[in-house]
Amino acid sequence: MWFTLAEHAVVTTEEHDTEHGDHHTSTGLSNNKLGMWLFLGSECLLFGGLISTYMLYRGRVGEGPRPSQIFDIPFTSVSSFVLLMSSLTMVLAVSAAHKGDDRNTNLWITITALLGATFVGGQVYEFTAFYNEGLGFSTSLFSSSFYVLTGFHGVHVTVGIIMLMSIVGIMKRSKTPGSKAETVEMIGLYWHFVDVVWIIIFTLIYLVPA
Amino acid sequence: MAIIERPPSTEVATPATPSSSLGALKRPVSTTGWKSWVFTVDHKKLGIMYSATALFFFIVGGLEAVLIRLQLAAPNGKVLNADLYNQMFTMHATTMVFLFVMPMAAGLANYFIPLQIGARDVAFPRINAFGFWAFLFGGIFINLSWFMGGAADGGWFMYAPNSGPVFSPSHGIDFWALGLQITGIASLTGAVNLITTVLNMRAPGMKLMRMPIFTWMQLVVQFLLLFAVPVITVALFLLSFQRNFGATFFDVAAGADPLLWQHLFWIFGHPEVYILILPSFGVISEVLPVFSRKPLFGYPFVVFSGAAIGFVGWGVWAHHMFASGLGPVSVAVFSVATMAIAVPTGVKVVNWTMTLWGGKLEFTAAMKFAIGLIVLFTIGGLSGVTHSVAPSDTQQTDTYYIVAHFHYVLFGGAIFGLFSGFYYWWPKVFGKLLNEKLGTWNFWLMVIGMNMTFGPMHILGLQGQPRRMYVWTEQRAGEGFFNLGFWNTFASIGSLILTVGVLLFLINIVITARNGKIAPLDPWNARSLEWMTSNPPKEHNFDSIPTVSHLDEFFHRKYQEDANGQMVQVKTAEQVLKELEDNADAHIHMPSPSYWPIVIALGLPVIAFGMIYSIPIALVGGVIVLFGTYGWAIEPSTAPDDDFDPPTTTKDVVHVG
Amino acid sequence: MTTETHSSTEHGMSNAGYVKIALILAAITALEVATYYVDFGPLFMPALMIMMVVKFVVVVSYFMHLKFDNKLFTWVFYAGLFLAIGVYAAALATFHFFS
Repeated sequence: MWFTLAEHAVVTTEEHDTEHGDHHTSTGLSNNKLGMWLFLGSECLLFGGLISTYMLYRGRVGEGPRPSQIFDIPFTSVSSFVLLMSSLTMVLAVSAAHKGDDRNTNLWITITALLGATFVGGQVYEFTAFYNEGLGFSTSLFSSSFYVLTGFHGVHVTVGIIMLMSIVGIMKRSKTPGSKAETVEMIGLYWHFVDVVWIIIFTLIYLVPA
Repeated sequence: MAIIERPPSTEVATPATPSSSLGALKRPVSTTGWKSWVFTVDHKKLGIMYSATALFFFIVGGLEAVLIRLQLAAPNGKVLNADLYNQMFTMHATTMVFLFVMPMAAGLANYFIPLQIGARDVAFPRINAFGFWAFLFGGIFINLSWFMGGAADGGWFMYAPNSGPVFSPSHGIDFWALGLQITGIASLTGAVNLITTVLNMRAPGMKLMRMPIFTWMQLVVQFLLLFAVPVITVALFLLSFQRNFGATFFDVAAGADPLLWQHLFWIFGHPEVYILILPSFGVISEVLPVFSRKPLFGYPFVVFSGAAIGFVGWGVWAHHMFASGLGPVSVAVFSVATMAIAVPTGVKVVNWTMTLWGGKLEFTAAMKFAIGLIVLFTIGGLSGVTHSVAPSDTQQTDTYYIVAHFHYVLFGGAIFGLFSGFYYWWPKVFGKLLNEKLGTWNFWLMVIGMNMTFGPMHILGLQGQPRRMYVWTEQRAGEGFFNLGFWNTFASIGSLILTVGVLLFLINIVITARNGKIAPLDPWNARSLEWMTSNPPKEHNFDSIPTVSHLDEFFHRKYQEDANGQMVQVKTAEQVLKELEDNADAHIHMPSPSYWPIVIALGLPVIAFGMIYSIPIALVGGVIVLFGTYGWAIEPSTAPDDDFDPPTTTKDVVHVG
Repeated sequence: MTTETHSSTEHGMSNAGYVKIALILAAITALEVATYYVDFGPLFMPALMIMMVVKFVVVVSYFMHLKFDNKLFTWVFYAGLFLAIGVYAAALATFHFFS
């Protein structure tokens, strides 16, 4: 059981917070990292609820367009691919950060943010197209559920982009290379999670016919 | 963030004239006055603020209840019209659940968990502060509705279609939904914080199975919150989008299924009731052993049954929906699961009883409330078992029988447990003992009042009185002397007695503050680490972090086995504490106060207000949140060395607050 | 005994490894999209579900490092995930979603 793992650790309170974020905790794990994983666990319940609502209502299209009429699979496939690749660039950023290579960290973070922005831009374009084709927010239960689910995801991506750009700015002010490695790693965890949510959304919402 | 130590100095240094963190804003530094409370990140101050605010809302919720009972005291009641009655029972429940019991438990958790595990603060002190302010502003926001056209009126469970704009056109439900989102953020961040604290910040030797039960139960509660709050978050967003942006998520005419709301609400709502009761179970698991002069019986069983309750509690939610048309298969499954969950609770009751058995019992007020919980919660649990039998629940559901059940478990259970905690821990927090004689009157009036109010509701329910009925008449009251009318009047009188009982507690607080007995360090001869501190604990909690080698570590420092195997006292509490003081750490570095938690928290109700009335206002709120977040991100969690004046060698150790 | 936190350079993959994983993920994605164009027959749903799960697990295990990190993280995350799947599937089941 997990708590027996925790049993093995004993803490001393004598060491400094080093610049690499190493510090002594009962489990030997970083507070920040544990906190982020706990948060991501809770996010599963959030997106699960939104996905379930969509699954329940996806067939209730009223007078409006149905999924098969409105989805543009080639377009969404490309933006899904873009988001997937941003996970690669994110992990390369984290890798560079752990090596203390601030320059490459910033480079990969910026590319990740750009890819994320491309994805969000694609979403905006997609939603505008849908709207023009008759799928408004309150057109039908399908439309409301769809926009709420993908909208929440898009907001999460946007928050991620803001965090990415912020850490670039903070790192530029920092005097010690690699001092923000743990923060970059945590933002990375968040970013990958947002990506895996999209992996689920893309499959269940777009590829599985209603 | 760990509490770190920094290079040599021999006192706890105060930041005297700190430089700014951004070049424009100086870091808050006061150690006295209102500023030391508003910008604090100290878990003890936050715990007191959580509890004081919760107590205030207890009074608000209590007044709402009294108005309900006054309306139902006599036939053709004129105290509340139907519309106001709907608002009253909705807000009574919302206030009691979200603004009293949950934050009161959070207050106790905040104050005592770090002390019980031998830590100096929680893992994320600024997030802790943010959580409190978010709770306060969320609670105020929900109640603003009273002054903005009417409070929420759809019942605390807010079923569709009553929750929609058609049947509830005022903004009350919007204030309710958005306000609960804000308090939900507080709960969620608090959960991440406390879980990380308990797992990561225990003193050396404090293995998980050496932690006090209060901390264990709170750990389970935080996991429940972590996973349950997002579910109601989804439900509340869907509701808000329906009410404010034209979505039709629960609108039958548009093809929706109102049961979607019920599922989402109760998937949250059932774990929620365990969130409400487990802290009180934790409190009495501390109190009973101390006043039985015996260790808790079956410690591992109490731990595991708590975890089991938390786990199985996820599988029973649809027992709130037995009469909703789920179908026989679903009903059967949830019925059996609900019966199963009585088992771990029964295990606890057995362990508590066996703790008392053979003990040298001291019936202090705290002990009375603890025993009261065992009795009253068991009664409530028994009616709960009758609900689990789906066919009989079909008669009971939506009647006063249910109201009886949950008031026994919530008032007799959760609230009695909290009161036990008040009387037990008051001397440690405030340095004074609550008056025991008043405490006895407090207890008995609450017991009598509670049973008089809620006992008859079992009968009322089986006699057929539905919930949420705003008025009763002589003709509909049934035949005989002991009819609906009689029991309603009886219950209302009981509620007045209950009110006097609660009032005595408030009077006790005032009297104690004025001329209460100064408490010794360890008035109850307690067992756990929070008692191994000064009265009240110093800002940094422990002069030196203890190394733990036993469950009930503090007890084992005072008592050891003699040659005959008897436990004899070898040290007093004062002597044990002196040992810690003599080995005081050379330097202790505490997290610094901060503006940003309250700033960000202030942005949230602004966003919510804007979502109801005007989007530009929401954007302003968003900017406040963003600005606060940047300030926070840039500021180090502890003010760096050059924020401090160099301490002189004659500087006194800081006394906080 | 003290337990230091691991710095991630002690474990984890090389950049080349990450690129390889990304290529695998891209290939699976291409296959997923292919189900839109090619008729998989009765294999359609199982294939799609398996691919989705594989991608999910790969990103979580490798990109998020879960495979190399302390099991506690795995427990808290997958606890949330399976809880979500459990309660929401049960709720959908009461709506006869799966029949």
